[in-house]
Amino acid sequence: MSLTNGGAPRRVAFNEALARKIIDAELGREGPLLPILHALQQEFGCIPSEAEPLIATMLNVTRAEVHGVVSFYHDFRRAPAGRHVLQLCRAEACQSMGAEGASRRLLEKLGLDWGGTTPDGNITVEPVYCLGLCATAPSAMVDGEPRGRMNAAQLDALVAELAAGEKR
Amino acid sequence: MKVFVSLDAGAIAVGAERVAKAIAAEAKRRNLEITLVRNGTRGMFWLEPLVEVATPAGRIGYGPVAPADVASLFDAGFLEGGPHPLCVGLVEEVPFFKRQTRLVFARCGLADPFSLDDYRALGGLRGLERAIALGPEEIVAEVKRSGLRGRGGAGFPTGVKWETAARAAGTKKYIVCNADEGDSGTFADRVLMEGDPFTLIEGMAIAGIGVGATQGYIYVRSEYPHAVRSMSKAIDIARNAGLLGPQVVGSKHSFDIEVRVGAGAYICGEETSMLESLEGKRGQVRAKPPLPVLSGLFGKPTVINNLLSLASVLFILSEGAQAYADFGWGKSRGTMPIQLAGNVKQGGIFECAFGITLGELVYEVGGGTANGRTVRAVQAGGPLGAYFPPALFDTQYDYEAFAARDGLIGHGGIVVFDDTVDLARMARFAMEFCAHESCGKCTPCRIGSTRGVETIDRIIAGRAIEKNVVLVRDLCETLKFGSLCALGGLVPYPVLSALKYFPEDFGMAVRPAAAVQEVR
Repeated sequence: MSLTNGGAPRRVAFNEALARKIIDAELGREGPLLPILHALQQEFGCIPSEAEPLIATMLNVTRAEVHGVVSFYHDFRRAPAGRHVLQLCRAEACQSMGAEGASRRLLEKLGLDWGGTTPDGNITVEPVYCLGLCATAPSAMVDGEPRGRMNAAQLDALVAELAAGEKR
Repeated sequence: MKVFVSLDAGAIAVGAERVAKAIAAEAKRRNLEITLVRNGTRGMFWLEPLVEVATPAGRIGYGPVAPADVASLFDAGFLEGGPHPLCVGLVEEVPFFKRQTRLVFARCGLADPFSLDDYRALGGLRGLERAIALGPEEIVAEVKRSGLRGRGGAGFPTGVKWETAARAAGTKKYIVCNADEGDSGTFADRVLMEGDPFTLIEGMAIAGIGVGATQGYIYVRSEYPHAVRSMSKAIDIARNAGLLGPQVVGSKHSFDIEVRVGAGAYICGEETSMLESLEGKRGQVRAKPPLPVLSGLFGKPTVINNLLSLASVLFILSEGAQAYADFGWGKSRGTMPIQLAGNVKQGGIFECAFGITLGELVYEVGGGTANGRTVRAVQAGGPLGAYFPPALFDTQYDYEAFAARDGLIGHGGIVVFDDTVDLARMARFAMEFCAHESCGKCTPCRIGSTRGVETIDRIIAGRAIEKNVVLVRDLCETLKFGSLCALGGLVPYPVLSALKYFPEDFGMAVRPAAAVQEVR
C-alpha cells in the first residue's frame, strides 16, 4: 500500500520503464486508478504529465479521463513539492484553538501563500481540512508525521527545525 | 512489568513516540526489565501522552507525560504505581472514562492492537462466531431488531439496508466501509482503526456473511496515514490466521478486504462519490436511484456502512439485539462514540447511550473550554452541522432531538468554541469549505457556495446588511432543495444557525455597533 501522505516527498525524475512497472503492479486491482496515482506520486513526488498518456494506454481509457481524475483530487501534484511538506489544519476544531492566526503569522513570516514553497525549496506549506487530531488542536502534519497542540511558538520551533535540517 | 504507551496518531502528535523511547532507555539504564506495550488510545487526549502501568489493583496512569518527566517517574516508582504529580490514579476510574458505556470501544486501548490472542481474550470474534452459527438470514434479522442506525450521520436503519442488499439479485456483492472521516471534530474511526482494527474486520465479515458479499473495501482518507498502515497490517494478520479468505474462520463463507486510500477530497465521504472514487473516477456524486444496495460498486449490490455502524454490529451479534436496543432513547438505540473536540478542556472519545444532553457533554464530561473562557457555541455534526448556543444545551443527544432543532448529530463530533468566536466568519468558512470541496456536479453547490462567501463578505464589511442577509437565506433555500447530496444540502445548517442564534456577529441589532467593531 503506497501512500502519498506517508513521508518526506521524493523527487525522482520521470522514467517510463519505472512508471510502467509501478502501474503494472496495480493492474490486478478492481478500479486501479487511484492506487496507481498514489504509487506514482510516491515515487516521482508528483504525477508527471508524461505519466498520463501511459496510464491511459495501460488502462485502456482516454487521456482526458486520466487527467480529469488527477485534477479532481487535491492530493495529486503536477510538480514536486519542497523537501518538506508542512500541512496545517484549517478546519473548525483547529480554528477554535487559534489555528488561523498562527497559520497566517507563519505564512507571512515565510513570505508564502497557501501551497507555496520557500525559495530554497525546503518547505511547502499546504492547508489541510482535518487530520483527526481535533482534541489536541491546532494540528499539523509534517512529512506524514502528526503534530498536535501547534500554537504559534511550536510552529516557529518546527520550522526552525526543518530549516536546520534536524527533523526530530 | 508491563508499561503501556499509545501508538495512536493523536498520542504521537503530542510526543508519545519520544516518551516511549525515553522509557525504554531509562529502564535499560536502570537495569529494569519492562515490557513496553504500544496500545491504542483510551481516548482521553488531554492526558496524552498517557503512560499506564499494570498493577495488581488495575492499570494506573500518568499523563500528560513529557520525555523530561520520565526519569522522575522511575524515581517515584511508577512501575509499582507510585505517587507522582502526573498520576491520574486508576485509568478506568477517571470520571470521563468511568461514565462511559463502551460497546464499540470496549477493547480500544487495552492491548496491542495487532495481537489476535489479546483480541480473542478480550471478547473478540464472539460476534462473528455467533453470526456464522446463526446464518445470513438471522444475522440480518438481528441487526434489524437492534434498531441500529447509520452512524455516518444519515441515520438510516442498518438492518433494512442489509436486508435489501441480501435480497438483491447479483453474482457479486460488496461491503464498503466508509472510513473517509472528513468532518472536523471527528476522529472515532481513526482511533478505532489504529487501536482496535480487528473489530472493523470482524464487523465487515459479519456484514459480508449477512448479505452474501465476498469482497470488502475500506475507504480511508489519505490524511490518516497511520490508520491506513494499521488496517493494512491487521488485514494481513487476519488473512494469515484464516479470519479472512475463502473460508472465514473455517466456515463455508468467503470474504476478503482491501484498504483503499482517498486523495484529499471531502466529497468522497458521500457514498455515491465514494463508489466513483473506488472505481477510479472523479469523486462526483451519482443521482439516486438506483440505490447503491441494488446497483453500487461496479453496478453490483453494495452495502456502504459507516465504520462505526460496522463496529457496532459485533455487540449486537455477540450479546443479542435486545441487549443493544436496551441502551438508548426514543428511535436512537444503542451507543454513540461522541467526539469532544476543539476548545475543550477534556477532549476525546466519549461513548455513551443516546439521551445525554449537550450541556452535560460540554460542561460535565468536557469540563468547559480548554482556556477557561466562557463557552459561546458548539458546532455539532461536522462542517455541515449547526452551531448551537448554550441556550440550546438542554438538547438531548439523539437523531430526532437534534433534527427538531435544525441540527444534526452527524458522525458524532462536537466542536467547542469560546467567547472570542465570530460566527459570521464561521458561516463564511462553511460556504468557503463547500466551495473548496464541491464536486461541481450541481449548480447550487458549485456556484452558490462561492456566491455565499461573497455575500457574507459584504455583510462582514457592513454593506447593506439586511438586504444581503435576505440573499444568504434565499441562497440557503436553493442549496438545501437544489443539491443532489448532503454537501450542498446541509451547508445551510451552519450558516442559518449562525444567523439565527448569533445575529450580532453579522452586525444585526443586539450588540451596539462599537462593540461589534471591537469584536472584529
